[in-house]
Amino acid sequence: MAGWYALLILALLTAGYVISSARARSIAGGNYAEMHSLPAYHGLYTAALAMLPALICFLIGSQLASYFATQTAIAALPGDVQNDVLKQGAALREAFNIAAGGPINSSSAEIQSAAAGYASVLSAGQWITLAIGTFTGLAGLSWGLSRVSMNFRARNGFEKLVHGLLWVCATIAVLTTIGIVFSVVGETYRFFFDPAITGKPTVFEFLFGTEWNPQAALRADQGEIQTAYGFLPLLTGTLLITTIAIAVAGPLGLFSAIYLAEYASPRFRAIAKPILEILAGIPTVVLGFFAALTVAPFIRGWGETFGLNVASESALAAGVVMGMMIIPFISSLSDDVINAVPQSLRDGAYAMGATKSETIRQVILPAALPGIVSAFMLAISRAIGETMIVVMAAGLAANLTFNPLEAVTTITVQIKTILVGDQEFDSAKTLAAFALGFVLFFVTLVLNYIALKVVQKYREQYD
Amino acid sequence: MDMRPDPLVMMTSSVQDQAPKPVKVAAKNVNVYYGAKQALKDVSVDIPVKAVTAFIGPSGCGKSTFLRCINRMNDTVASCRVEGLIQIDGKDIYDPALDPVQLRARVGMVFQKPNPFPKSIYDNVAYGPRIHGLSRSKAELDEIVEHSLRKASLWEEVKDRLKDSGTGLSGGQQQRLCIARTIAINPEIILMDEPCSALDPIATARIEELMAELRSNFTIIIVTHSMQQAARVSQRTAFFHLGILVEKGETSQIFTNPTDKRTQDYITGRFG
Ligand SMILES: Nc1ncnc2c1ncn2[C@@H]1O[C@H](COP(=O)(O)OP(=O)(O)OP(=O)(O)O)[C@@H](O)[C@H]1O
Ligand SMILES: [Mg+2]
Repeated sequence: MAGWYALLILALLTAGYVISSARARSIAGGNYAEMHSLPAYHGLYTAALAMLPALICFLIGSQLASYFATQTAIAALPGDVQNDVLKQGAALREAFNIAAGGPINSSSAEIQSAAAGYASVLSAGQWITLAIGTFTGLAGLSWGLSRVSMNFRARNGFEKLVHGLLWVCATIAVLTTIGIVFSVVGETYRFFFDPAITGKPTVFEFLFGTEWNPQAALRADQGEIQTAYGFLPLLTGTLLITTIAIAVAGPLGLFSAIYLAEYASPRFRAIAKPILEILAGIPTVVLGFFAALTVAPFIRGWGETFGLNVASESALAAGVVMGMMIIPFISSLSDDVINAVPQSLRDGAYAMGATKSETIRQVILPAALPGIVSAFMLAISRAIGETMIVVMAAGLAANLTFNPLEAVTTITVQIKTILVGDQEFDSAKTLAAFALGFVLFFVTLVLNYIALKVVQKYREQYD
Repeated sequence: MDMRPDPLVMMTSSVQDQAPKPVKVAAKNVNVYYGAKQALKDVSVDIPVKAVTAFIGPSGCGKSTFLRCINRMNDTVASCRVEGLIQIDGKDIYDPALDPVQLRARVGMVFQKPNPFPKSIYDNVAYGPRIHGLSRSKAELDEIVEHSLRKASLWEEVKDRLKDSGTGLSGGQQQRLCIARTIAINPEIILMDEPCSALDPIATARIEELMAELRSNFTIIIVTHSMQQAARVSQRTAFFHLGILVEKGETSQIFTNPTDKRTQDYITGRFG
């Protein structure tokens, strides 16, 4: 059905363009200078007028069709199934499956009739949608066609349509973001304040508690398992690993960027830069098992030679590998901003009798600072949001520690742990993930804000 | 536009500089290549001490290239190769034993486009003295900064905002800041590559006055596209054309009585 619809829209577009521009050409009779808009614009305008109503019909019609079809299916189900949300969901899934051509054999008669009702209403709805779409599309086309004339401002009209299209795209992007934020904020609010949720912490306990153990007892016979939602160990774990990662990636990334931008021969640069960028393309799950299987044992062995007790999963291993992950962000972006520093500044410093390293330290880096800061901030955001490497290399134990040789866990890892597997949506445990997500979001927001301020403060205008 | 210089101005400058001065920079048979392309052919010229020498010539003739040979800025261009002999005070500046960084502290340069560092006005001027260790105390550094800014006739305008960014000044002020920055390292020679091309007539006049003043202490070489400017500020002029030094001599002689046809065509505005 969607295929037919795509064909319809394509046909409307082509017909609108071809017919309308042909008509404009014949009206102009070769005298395009007198005509307000060139024939191609008349074509584009009519094509858009033909396509838009059909597209809108499709978006609304397909929603309505599936809504009514689902209502029909529910009506066909037995009363006790209709009233139980879980049973109803399962029965509907089964019916949808059958309607989509799945096996019928083991299903009850009610579900079969629900499936049949669903299928017939859906297909009727879709045909109606197609018919209305065709009709409105043709109406739009003929309206556009009727407006073709010497003086009609198709060019300006098309401009307005483009404007509208861009506005719609931008609005969708913004609304999506706002929607996500609201959903996270809403669930976080429920986590803290919804009286229906049991076993939840207070805001104070959450923010300043030193113990994290969200595993509630699943069955009554498991006895009382004490849950705790102290968020501090996750925060320290996140900060610890991020700090290690930046300590590794900051100097390495920045210095390699300086080398590439200022010292390396063009040939070396042409080879080294793509290699660094490949590093950015390695999936983090690969880096994760590299951390767990190669780096962690290495650090452990190295610790033993010094008589240190290193956990087999350590913050250090995860942090170091995460550092490797973010090196390319820092080096590639810093390299770009260093290259963007005008040559005239370098000339100025050399002409004052500065050496190369003095020029870099005292003139180029200060000039490139805003860009370098944003490169670091981007890298930090990546590090804070990274999950896979930590899961594999740093473990799940929520230890409140600043010792890099111990196992720690991070906010993202806990979100993942909480939400893996089947979940009840209404437990404190699940909602805790939203609270963590909110905090994470807040932390990165603050970091980005700081970065923005730094960049604004030190921005230099070059022309 | 009348390209001939103002005769009054020329008379004053020629009257002052009758006696030949000792040579500060001497170039002999200098050839410069960018890759395979030759930018300067067999240039030989003597530049007198404590005078303003102007390089003139049509665009692309190699004026900047020659200027950049004198402080070895061409070393920073990978494809550039310099042959021949260039001496300052009789010493070969392309001698491998000589450190180009030290040389550039003795030969300052002001560029066509003002290029203040993204630092405060004070730090811009203090930059050179700091890296070369020219001051022993903060007070001494303050004094160098003030003196240099005064010399560049910028002090009155910026004395209350030395902490502000140098890039926030107007174009003409920025250029004077760059001159102050250069004066601060107390070079023997100042190279100026079209220093006024981005400036309005008032700022240009101030910088020309400045050159006339600086000439008593420094050897100045200026590249300019303005014939009037060359005539106003310089005592000697060299005319370049297509990588060749066509004619050199007293400014008054070059502008009133050029020996070469190409020079004559250029200064009368017939080509270039
Ligand atoms: N970095 C470079 N690489 C290659 N060729 C160069 C380079 N710099 C200059 N050239 C070439 O050398 C020649 C002389 O250039 P130069 O900049 O010295 O001219 P100019 O006399 O200063 O001109 P203008 O008055 O336009 O500044 C030109 O042909 C130019 O294309
Ligand atoms: Mg030039």
